[in-house]
Amino acid sequence: MGQIPQDHIRNFCIIAHIDHGKSTLADRILEKTGTLTAREMQEQVLDNMELERERGITIKAQTVRIIYRAKNGEEYIFNLIDTPGHVDFNYEVSRSLAACEGAILVVDAAQGIEAQTLGNVYLALDANLEIMPVINKIDLPSAEPERVRNEIEDIIGLEAHDAPLISAKNGINIEEVLEQIVEKIPAPQGDPEGPLKALIFDSVYDPYKGVIVFCRIVDGSVRKGTKVRFMATGAQEEIVEVGFFGAGQFIPCEELSAGMVGYLTASLKDVRDTRVGDTVTEADRPCAEALPGYKKVLPMVYCGMYPADGAKYPDLRDALEKLQLNDASLQYEPETSVALGFGFRCGFLGLLHLEIIQERLEREYNLDLVTTAPSVIYKIYKTNGEVLEITNPTNMPDPSEIEHMEEPFVSAEIMVTTEFVGAIMKLCQERRGVYLGMEYLEETRALLKYELPLNEIIYDFFDALKSRSRGYASFDYDFKGYVKSSLVKLDILINREEVDALSFIVHADGAYERARKMCEKLKEEIPRQLFEVPIQAAIGSKIIARETVKAYRKDVLAKCYGGDITRKKKLLETQKEGKKRMHQVGNVEIPQKAFMSVLKLDIE
Amino acid sequence: MACGRSELELYVHLPFCVRKCRYCDFLSGPQYAKGPYLEALEREIASYGPAAEDFRVRSIFFGGGTPSLLTPQEWEELAGVIRAHYMIDAGAEITAEANPGTLDREKLRCLKELGVNRLSLGLQSVRDEELRLLGRIHSYDDFLRTWEAVGEAGFTNRNVDLMQALPGQNLAECLESVRTVAELGPEHISAYSLIIEEGTPFYELYAGGEGLPSEDTEREMVHETAALLASYGYEHYEISNYARPGRECRHNLGYWTGVPYLGFGMGAASLFGGERRSNCRDYERYVRLAGSREACEDVTEWDRKSQMEEMMFLGLRLVRGVSEETFAGRFGVTMQEVYGPVIERFAGLGLLETREGRLRLTERGMDVSNAVMAEFLLEETDG
Repeated sequence: MGQIPQDHIRNFCIIAHIDHGKSTLADRILEKTGTLTAREMQEQVLDNMELERERGITIKAQTVRIIYRAKNGEEYIFNLIDTPGHVDFNYEVSRSLAACEGAILVVDAAQGIEAQTLGNVYLALDANLEIMPVINKIDLPSAEPERVRNEIEDIIGLEAHDAPLISAKNGINIEEVLEQIVEKIPAPQGDPEGPLKALIFDSVYDPYKGVIVFCRIVDGSVRKGTKVRFMATGAQEEIVEVGFFGAGQFIPCEELSAGMVGYLTASLKDVRDTRVGDTVTEADRPCAEALPGYKKVLPMVYCGMYPADGAKYPDLRDALEKLQLNDASLQYEPETSVALGFGFRCGFLGLLHLEIIQERLEREYNLDLVTTAPSVIYKIYKTNGEVLEITNPTNMPDPSEIEHMEEPFVSAEIMVTTEFVGAIMKLCQERRGVYLGMEYLEETRALLKYELPLNEIIYDFFDALKSRSRGYASFDYDFKGYVKSSLVKLDILINREEVDALSFIVHADGAYERARKMCEKLKEEIPRQLFEVPIQAAIGSKIIARETVKAYRKDVLAKCYGGDITRKKKLLETQKEGKKRMHQVGNVEIPQKAFMSVLKLDIE
Repeated sequence: MACGRSELELYVHLPFCVRKCRYCDFLSGPQYAKGPYLEALEREIASYGPAAEDFRVRSIFFGGGTPSLLTPQEWEELAGVIRAHYMIDAGAEITAEANPGTLDREKLRCLKELGVNRLSLGLQSVRDEELRLLGRIHSYDDFLRTWEAVGEAGFTNRNVDLMQALPGQNLAECLESVRTVAELGPEHISAYSLIIEEGTPFYELYAGGEGLPSEDTEREMVHETAALLASYGYEHYEISNYARPGRECRHNLGYWTGVPYLGFGMGAASLFGGERRSNCRDYERYVRLAGSREACEDVTEWDRKSQMEEMMFLGLRLVRGVSEETFAGRFGVTMQEVYGPVIERFAGLGLLETREGRLRLTERGMDVSNAVMAEFLLEETDG
């Protein structure tokens, strides 16, 4: 394929709140343009990870090239860049948006605008994209397209009088969307003759090709043999292959030129050399300056991950290594725990990211994991002037050495129907939120603004939010900064032995409540043993809560009938096997789920 | 006595019942036809005769089901087949299980003549309301009539089965049965705690544990039973069994101490010829295949590791425990060498103790014996 005139290229993404139909619209576009026939297409082609399909969210950016013959008789190349849909992946979203000229904003005709819609719109506006609203699900009985049209105009300030009224699910009015893409989304306007300047918006690892870099060519062109340099990391390599994205496959081509979206491979073995947001240029003829906006993404949430079976430690290490090849934002380093043995301290962008990695390890790599309570990064200012950043409560120094501590705060926006405003405000207050204000978006819906400590939202905040708003609240947040705070380390002692994996850092005011809940929960989770087991929570040497697991009274097979010794032995074997799945701390057997259950303390 | 021959025990399973009890998950019930089964059973008994040529039988146990449902003619035929193919010690213990209401004078006389010298009577409770709850076919009065007939027929080695921790039962009600039976003075009493087994009507009702005595109450019943029976001169010799001195059930002692046995009948287990095995549990299949190798299931080699494990976890069922000397003599290593750390740990928790060269469970150890016994199973690499 030769050079394509830029005025026949349209690069765009689709943005929407979860469930508003982003992936369905993408599927319909692929189908209508003949990129994929209905028969070839599985539901929602773009969400191709099993996990993504199950959760109905996009985790990795997906990209596909589409050829569309418009009503004016011309053929256009569409590059559809599907973006992750969760706040944890905001940075990836912003880079994907930077690869586009326009965005289709999908709004549900019944539900209207949600917090996440706004968050994404602001990101798109920041990236100077042309936003083209589309009103979806107009065939629902509860659809109110005119109300939603006004909402788009009033709340976002977008012109929406000619927004297509569609049903992605039932294929209504999809042509109109395709025509508007040609009309409304600007063509790219790069300099085809200038030095190479390309934006990396994603990368994946392929066992045969090595790292595959997804990029948008802004200026210049790149082909096999071009020597390139990655401006932020400084890595230099020769290009082995360039190509574009077919539906679900990589299609090699001669050259990628200004305005195009495609991939390139070099003999790169480490995804860390190809950071999302970095600029690729020619080594011999570099561009004057890199594209703006590159930042190194840093994990916000940490936890320990341990194999339930200690012998699986090497398997866990291999699995993390492989996952990191596709996900440079995942960090891990080895650590040991007295209670859990050898494992890794892992860093994540947020709680969803953590859950996704955990699920992928368990499903795709068949690992049985024990996860410790998530922690944020605390800053500790010691009396000797030293400043520590800790992600594992176990590493907290003795209180006498601490001058003060700081914890991270986020700015949060919660959109909720007005009837639940009280309940949500109460929740935010319980979570030490600082109220900033409230806006009424319309009569029945309000936007609450809070500053919240990150460590209060990484446990079960989402669950609590959903349960207290009957599912109607949506939530978005941004890192704000570090704030001085009165924090203490809470230790858990089981049978008078400290269990390091259960320690965590908590605000002093909430320590008693948390300690009490922890002990109660552990009492439920730890099975009765041959002897009485005290469970205690302590700050330093001071015990602040206690529960007792009573010894069990009876474990005896009264009747052993007719000489059937084999059956009796099987029962004993089962009993012994069961114990292997427990973690031995001193003389006490602690089941795996006890370590996790304390993460879900429903404090209400 | 035929000296020089090894000892052997025989178990004969007779699955017939008038009605299935509501707690019972044994391979028994009213649905099995007697004729074809007895024919298959006798074929099986005969077929193992040659293999047991060098053994002398020290005990026979007719279990069920309800063995007492057999007619005198059926008993005679069955006994005849056994006598024809096995050498039975003159002093052998020969037990038949019986349910009250299924024994008359004629049948008792017949059993006596055939050499049955021990009867095990399934009473379970002296309280009629409990008997009804369990789905038993008899009342306490029925039992008393049977008891009298058993005495008159000259049986002097008698067991009475009791069942405890029944739904809704309190301690006093439980002990009422124990005391009443002790007053009658059988030579042996078995007192089992009810186990709620899957697939029984009781499972549907009580699987959640609701309506049953608490664990604490159940343990109290067990401990009070032992104390009460001790005051009547019964010795607690196995987890659920009590006997007057010298009247322990020899057949069951054999199970706990590794004496070989042949089990006949569907589902019956054997320890013979260096393996453990069970007969198939399906009636039709058993009737067709009885006596052939095909009828056997779950065949496992009785290797050194199994023997060691069993000497421990079966031996610990006995109050007297396991002899260190016997262990060392049999395996050429000491108990300490194989099980030292386990023994030390449980001794530290007050669950095991060593007395006069025998390792045994303490009273508290008996309560949680499964947890202790499980630790006597060896890994593949041990032993």
